[in-house]
Amino acid sequence: MDHLDALESQSIYIIREAYKQFKDICILWSIGKDSTTLMWLVRKSFFGKVPFPAVHIDTGYKFKEIYEFRDEWSEEWDFKLVIGKNEEAIESGMAPDKGDKLACCGQLKTAALKQTIAEHDFKALLLGIRRDEHGIRAKERVFSPRNKQFQWDYKDQPPELWDQFKNRQKGEQHIRVHPLLHWTELDIWKYVQRENIPVVDLYFAKDGKRYRSIGCETCCNPVDSDADTVDKIVEELKTTDISERSGRAQDKERAYMMQKLRALGYM
Amino acid sequence: MDDETLKFVIVGHIDHGKSTLIGRLLFDTGSLNEDKINEIKEICESLGKDFEFGYVMDHLEEERMQSITIDTAQTFFNTEKRNYVIIDAPGHVEFIKNMITGASQAEASILIVDAEEGVKEQTKRHAYILSMLGLDQIIVVINKMDLVGYKKDRFDEVKKDILDFLVGLNIKPSYVIPISAKVGDFVFNRSDEMKWYDGPTVLESLDTFKSKEVAVDGPLRFVVQDVYNFEKRIIVGRVESGILRRGDRIRVFPSGEETSVKGIEEYLKEDVKDAEAKKCTGMTTEDKLFLDRGDVVARCSDDKLPIITDMVSANLFWMDKVPLKRGEYISFRCATQEVPCEVVKINKTIDSSTLELIREDAGEIKNREVADVILKTAKPVVLENFNEIQELGRFVLSREDICGGGIITELQR
Repeated sequence: MDHLDALESQSIYIIREAYKQFKDICILWSIGKDSTTLMWLVRKSFFGKVPFPAVHIDTGYKFKEIYEFRDEWSEEWDFKLVIGKNEEAIESGMAPDKGDKLACCGQLKTAALKQTIAEHDFKALLLGIRRDEHGIRAKERVFSPRNKQFQWDYKDQPPELWDQFKNRQKGEQHIRVHPLLHWTELDIWKYVQRENIPVVDLYFAKDGKRYRSIGCETCCNPVDSDADTVDKIVEELKTTDISERSGRAQDKERAYMMQKLRALGYM
Repeated sequence: MDDETLKFVIVGHIDHGKSTLIGRLLFDTGSLNEDKINEIKEICESLGKDFEFGYVMDHLEEERMQSITIDTAQTFFNTEKRNYVIIDAPGHVEFIKNMITGASQAEASILIVDAEEGVKEQTKRHAYILSMLGLDQIIVVINKMDLVGYKKDRFDEVKKDILDFLVGLNIKPSYVIPISAKVGDFVFNRSDEMKWYDGPTVLESLDTFKSKEVAVDGPLRFVVQDVYNFEKRIIVGRVESGILRRGDRIRVFPSGEETSVKGIEEYLKEDVKDAEAKKCTGMTTEDKLFLDRGDVVARCSDDKLPIITDMVSANLFWMDKVPLKRGEYISFRCATQEVPCEVVKINKTIDSSTLELIREDAGEIKNREVADVILKTAKPVVLENFNEIQELGRFVLSREDICGGGIITELQR
């Protein structure tokens, strides 16, 4: 079994465990390369079906390419799409350029996710985060509990031995399941290349720039690159010295921003 | 470089330099990008400290303020030979469950000992855990040699202490290397300060280790995760050992029913003939048998078949603040099997940091103690000896969370 086969198999194992243990489950689909790869793996796990809803947390500030991709592929792959939007905060004027970004991510992403989970009573969420993205994400468990307030108790995480994961959820707790935790950015692109997984055009270079990581248009900056195909991205990543999330404003605003965001329930 | 990946864990007593060694490994192999180095510089300046490699892994604010690692983390680098995943494990006694979480994923390990302080409590406890988890590719590094004037005498002294302790655990480390992670001696580069050492560096040693072999040659064990009925009935699970082949005559454990493999099912793939160990796959059977999560499928023609039993002798590491009591019922989980079990007897409890006997025929097992136990499961389970098929020879005990991990020492049919 080669490296990508081994990664794929481990992810499918985790996805099937999550579905078996927690029937009220959803996949958080941000429409980026990772969560789209996760969606691909979900479809493989269930022989082409997606037996639970996909949730898109919509801040209203996403790139138009993201919305187009979402509508095209949710129809093509035929799954139930739930769009979570904090309308109240948006109406009251919360925006990336007003106040600080911690507050904006908190309202338009974390609070919107809280509302969506409460409304649909999801017990578990599949998320496409990876350990190599950020030092804080490297500390995650595969099955990671969040309390009612969404807090991540990173100082007292339950043990996880071999492939035995947390399989009970109590009360208003929900479990974040991370099937891609062991993948790297390069693994994702090699897999996208091998499997021919569709991704949003923003990842491909235009006029010497491309996006390494995508989210809200207002808070993402492209990096210098001439990689305009998946093959070229794979080659670029083998040698690059720039970190993946270097274009993401919310990671940088202040020290421990990611830890603070995640402790409060951010993805 | 090929695609092969080796996962190794770095363990040892608090402050003996685990996080610094990781920083050094990443720095010397060119795996730290500029963003990262600048971020660490800024953090160190803001804390009024010299550039500290430890911050590469210690990401939580509390970790950096207190200069300790709280939780296990993983990071990646590569040499010309292959890819590596480093698992950082906290050295503080409070975070032992995080250390075990990390170590349970590893194929090899580095045990780090401070040249000044020598062998300490967590050095021993961590070594014990490595032996319990069956990790046998071990490098001992004697760190901070710069602080003891790079003296060979001191190295020999600490080396003797740690080897004497490891003998009792049946651990024979592959290498014992004098290093300074901070300065960079014998991690990636050699050292002018210790000309008396002519063995390999840490990276050269790692490159000699083998990735865990996938047990394709073993007897077939396919562990059932679930049964789906989307368009047709498909039994999904993972091949833990051997190769599942279309047409195989198979027996299901514990029911004992037999049938043949009709098809191996993978999405968008036609005519799949087999699935090898570690593959998550699906199968259909010739006869409509009742199969369920937890069942273990074996090939009828194999010499070695799994053992069905309800009595298990095991070595157990307990890691919950609430002790496990004799007579208690608790959930026993092995592969995808989960059944209640009773703690029938606690033959003895052992202090995991000294290996000293605490009590024979004990009434309970306290946090961080190791015990020799007998468990009785509420219904028969399908198990193996740990040294034959690890996946079916190890288990966890859980209440709301996992509280203990165990290795089967004896099976009574």
